[in-house]
Amino acid sequence: MTREYPDEPAGEFPSPPDTVTDGEGREIRYRSGGDDDPEALVEMYLDFEAEDRAQGIPPVREEPIRDWLDVLLSDDCLNVVACHDGAPVGHATLVPDEGESYELAIFVVRPYQGAGIGTELLEHLLGYAQEEGVEQVWLTVERWNDPAIAVYKKVGFEMTSTESFELEMAIRLE
Amino acid sequence: MKVLLGIGGSDGSFEALADTVTRAEEAGDAVTVAIVDREDITLTPEEIETEIRERLAETSMEPDIRHLSGHPGSRLVELAEQEQFDRLVVAGGERSPLGKINFDETLEFVLLNAETTVTLVR
Repeated sequence: MTREYPDEPAGEFPSPPDTVTDGEGREIRYRSGGDDDPEALVEMYLDFEAEDRAQGIPPVREEPIRDWLDVLLSDDCLNVVACHDGAPVGHATLVPDEGESYELAIFVVRPYQGAGIGTELLEHLLGYAQEEGVEQVWLTVERWNDPAIAVYKKVGFEMTSTESFELEMAIRLE
Repeated sequence: MKVLLGIGGSDGSFEALADTVTRAEEAGDAVTVAIVDREDITLTPEEIETEIRERLAETSMEPDIRHLSGHPGSRLVELAEQEQFDRLVVAGGERSPLGKINFDETLEFVLLNAETTVTLVR
């Protein structure tokens, strides 16, 4: 499948590890890799609100969550986890596709939404990806998910396909 | 029940064939298989038909197999209406590398435009 990417690369993004105060005054720690405590991520996804799921992820039950995280936390994927008081409250991931591009997804648990954590997670993941030499990143998002689309646009993603149910957006990192 | 199964040649569409046949044998459905021409599939319609016949050889089913050329979604919807099928079965919802389910244009067209009840096999 051929995808289109913007001609111009995006600017430089901040990279993890980093600590940023969120919109509610909470100290949020951004760190790369998700494998130092996969159990904490399993817990986070078990508590994930059903209505915040998108396109079938995260899975609902524990076993499918574990299988899915096994893929995301494997060596060829890139992960950034947002933690508050030592526990994960958000997670952003890049999974390589069959070409040289990466698919992106991002998750923030309900009590931490609307405080800018999604934007920070996204920027820190893209900063980490730049360090690792990733050039092209794409994602799909449901048409009605305006808050997510706004965040992706703000960070520099451009709409590349509007032909199916889901919108496709992409960014060039270098 | 008169069932129309749309097949584009993806792995998912052959799984939908297996599901539909199993159900039809139990329920006594009459199945028509419509092979649609998908640009993103390397198999030719003839190769798809051969594959379908091989898979059905082990079953008691001898479905009517048709070839539809042109826009896959609209041709399926048209045939389902013209010949008054009770149900239109399509496969879809492939998963991305990250595990996200994506609906392609054919599936979206069928879901939005069919007057017939649609079964989506994922």
